[in-house]
Amino acid sequence: MDEPLEVNYKELQHLVSERALKGETVLLNMGPQHPSTHGVLRLLLELDGEVIVNCVPDIGFLHTGIEKNMEAKRWELAEVMTDRTDYLNNTGNNLAYCLAIEKLTDLDVPPRAQAVRVILVELERISNHLVWLGTHALDLAAMSLFLYCFRERESILDIKELCSGQRMMTTYFRPGGLWRDIPEEFEIAVRRFLRMMPERIKEYEALLTKNPIWMDRTRNIGKISAENAINMSLTGPVLRGSGVAYDVRKAQPYSGYEQYDFIIPTGTHGDVYDRYLVRMEEMRQSLRIVQQALDRLPYGPFRSNNRKYVPPPRAELGTSMEAVIHHFKLWTEGFNVPKGAVYQPVESPKGELGYYLESNGGNQPYRVHMRTPSFIHLQALPLLCKGHLVSDLVGIIGSVDIVLGDCDR
Amino acid sequence: MSEEHLKTTLKALKDRFGLRESELMKDPPTLVCEPGKIVEVSQVLRDEFAFNFLCELTAVDYWPEEEPRYNLVYGYYSHAQNVRMALRVPLNGDDPSIHTIEGVYKGANWHEREVWDMFGIKFEGHSDLRRILMPYDWEGHPLRKDYPLGYEEPQFTFNFDEIDKRKHHGRYEEA
Repeated sequence: MDEPLEVNYKELQHLVSERALKGETVLLNMGPQHPSTHGVLRLLLELDGEVIVNCVPDIGFLHTGIEKNMEAKRWELAEVMTDRTDYLNNTGNNLAYCLAIEKLTDLDVPPRAQAVRVILVELERISNHLVWLGTHALDLAAMSLFLYCFRERESILDIKELCSGQRMMTTYFRPGGLWRDIPEEFEIAVRRFLRMMPERIKEYEALLTKNPIWMDRTRNIGKISAENAINMSLTGPVLRGSGVAYDVRKAQPYSGYEQYDFIIPTGTHGDVYDRYLVRMEEMRQSLRIVQQALDRLPYGPFRSNNRKYVPPPRAELGTSMEAVIHHFKLWTEGFNVPKGAVYQPVESPKGELGYYLESNGGNQPYRVHMRTPSFIHLQALPLLCKGHLVSDLVGIIGSVDIVLGDCDR
Repeated sequence: MSEEHLKTTLKALKDRFGLRESELMKDPPTLVCEPGKIVEVSQVLRDEFAFNFLCELTAVDYWPEEEPRYNLVYGYYSHAQNVRMALRVPLNGDDPSIHTIEGVYKGANWHEREVWDMFGIKFEGHSDLRRILMPYDWEGHPLRKDYPLGYEEPQFTFNFDEIDKRKHHGRYEEA
């Protein structure tokens, strides 16, 4: 029985302070089944009383080898796996993957498809922030908000179901456009949502923003300076909460984001409260973008006419031999992507989501790597929570907004 | 403004360190760098050319090719100039190792742990080079191309024991 204990100490020696080995501080294991770790995250905490001296995140419990699996699937089939990484941002993952393929193959995307993509991705951003807000508030003991947030999220899931037939794992975006055109009811449903949502955001804010308990629990907790945040490669609301106005949608626009008028909200203190404010404002800005995109939604084709990558319309199969051949080729062996590599970042609700795709000219990806925001943000967790109480740690984990599926892939 | 900055950066790096352009990378603009120079080049990129943000660090395996078997990909971004660039570092297959850039970009820590875990590329001078996604007692590096994707071998009577020995649970039963 002696051996395992020794191994553990050796493993811990450089991770915790000397005091823990002498027994002056307590080592506490938090997770992987703890409800406030937002999934299967394990934290090894070194505690002095209730103050956190050290925190060692342990991830990988949800590692499913998605990158390896994608290497063994054809380009269009591998897209299905991207849905499963960040399961609160399915359309965003699809978008990054499709954009990367489109860049590799120089595939055009019609304006209608781009606008629909923007609408769905922005709705998804709101939906992600609603889940974040609900669970974050629940962790800090504001129970009722959770129910309200999931009520509104349901209407977004309904819109996604309307388009793709799926509530969550949509795979609705395809290289070169969309899987099918949006149904007629889409516009009505989105407009109904746009009418309802601003009032609801006001309700959430009325419950939290000026609430003294909420402010006590979040202000001056988990601070990080802009310089540190950049050096730790943080992006998204965590970086913007520290006052850096970096948003891929503005910095390097994709899918026609340059046409829309919106602002990047930033915080000043870089604490949990500022991140909360940034995300609340982001929801409003997303509504603005959806409104503009819907008002200007162009008519036209919903996917590219490049038959080497995009299947022909069903109606053509009865009349055109060429269409039959393309259809058969695409459904049996897929399409080949020219040799090359590309790194394509997009702004996911959690931060910069980057897809590195490499092709060797075949019909399968040679290498897929996802630069996922949750993975990067988790490594800053020890920095954020040092010197705070265990009860604050729960708030800090909530404020960086992690999804372990996104982190472990 | 930013395009100009990118051009001067690429030119300066080419002149000073003798880097050449990568033909493989389509976007962002990429240079090929020798493994020995990576820390120096990163330092210059951060301090002189304002590439203050490491956005990407990953590896690619070209097995069965031996030289260079691996390519490391470093992605950089400059907040001030709003430009991206990348470096590709070819590494040879036999016991691959490279110096860590954790001292320049702190955010490289987990990226490098992931590359070590998945490809078995050692980062010298890394503060905490443990496995990150796989269990700590895992054998092999899954994203290498010579690592099989999975599939359990069917055990028949004639080869039951032989395959059983290779399985994971065999080791725990002994202990």
